[in-house]
Amino acid sequence: MANETMTLISTQSMSGTTGVDFTSIPQTYTDLVLVISARSNQTGTSFGAINFWVNSNRSGYTERFLRGTGSAVTSYTDSSASNWALDSILPAASSTSNTFSNVQICFPNYTSSTTKSVSMDGVSENNATAAYQSIGAGIWTGTSAITSISLEVGTYPNTWATGSIASLYGILKGSGGASVS
Amino acid sequence: MTEVLTKIIVNCEDGTQTVVPLTEAEIQQREADALAYAEQKAIQEAEEAAKATAKASAEAKLAALGLTADEIAALK
Repeated sequence: MANETMTLISTQSMSGTTGVDFTSIPQTYTDLVLVISARSNQTGTSFGAINFWVNSNRSGYTERFLRGTGSAVTSYTDSSASNWALDSILPAASSTSNTFSNVQICFPNYTSSTTKSVSMDGVSENNATAAYQSIGAGIWTGTSAITSISLEVGTYPNTWATGSIASLYGILKGSGGASVS
Repeated sequence: MTEVLTKIIVNCEDGTQTVVPLTEAEIQQREADALAYAEQKAIQEAEEAAKATAKASAEAKLAALGLTADEIAALK
């Protein structure tokens, strides 16, 4: 019986840039997981968004979130359609210094020929009442296997702050084991 | 001098990393993304503010009916 494995495909420092494209993603895994620890240089606000999409495709995205703001809970749907977006999850210049978002995005069954779903969760660290936590689910209507994942600071023309990192992992399902009835 | 905005292209197959300037099309897309985000953010904030106002009004009316602060909090 082979155990499930989680393998680092690539880890990337994003400091000073607006975005990163993970391309030529191996098609040998079962699922993908993207882990992000990031902050933006956007001034005049405490939080911004992380946008991400797949295969350089900018249409067909929907998502729904349950979000805690530190003082309330809200549920909302993102209607941008051109990408998925984790709203208010990216600490910006006005948030507590040296604090970063903690985000995980799962792309299950990414090589399939059906529509793609994602699950995402994240928190924006901040030493104040306003600190966001989000869990969400999304759909991309494209049926191609995912070969690239792109992410950007959601508020152009801002850049990732020093210390921002994104890591892409591949999960390979295990094999064997006994069925229990 | 206008800052040149860049992105990183990572080839997961061979590990190469290339920093490239954004193309004009990418800049236009990012500007559209930012505008869409600002519009959606404004809508969300308005909805949250309206919800907070309605909540405060409801709590005031409950208090006027004689509920204690603990009883009102227990309803949340």
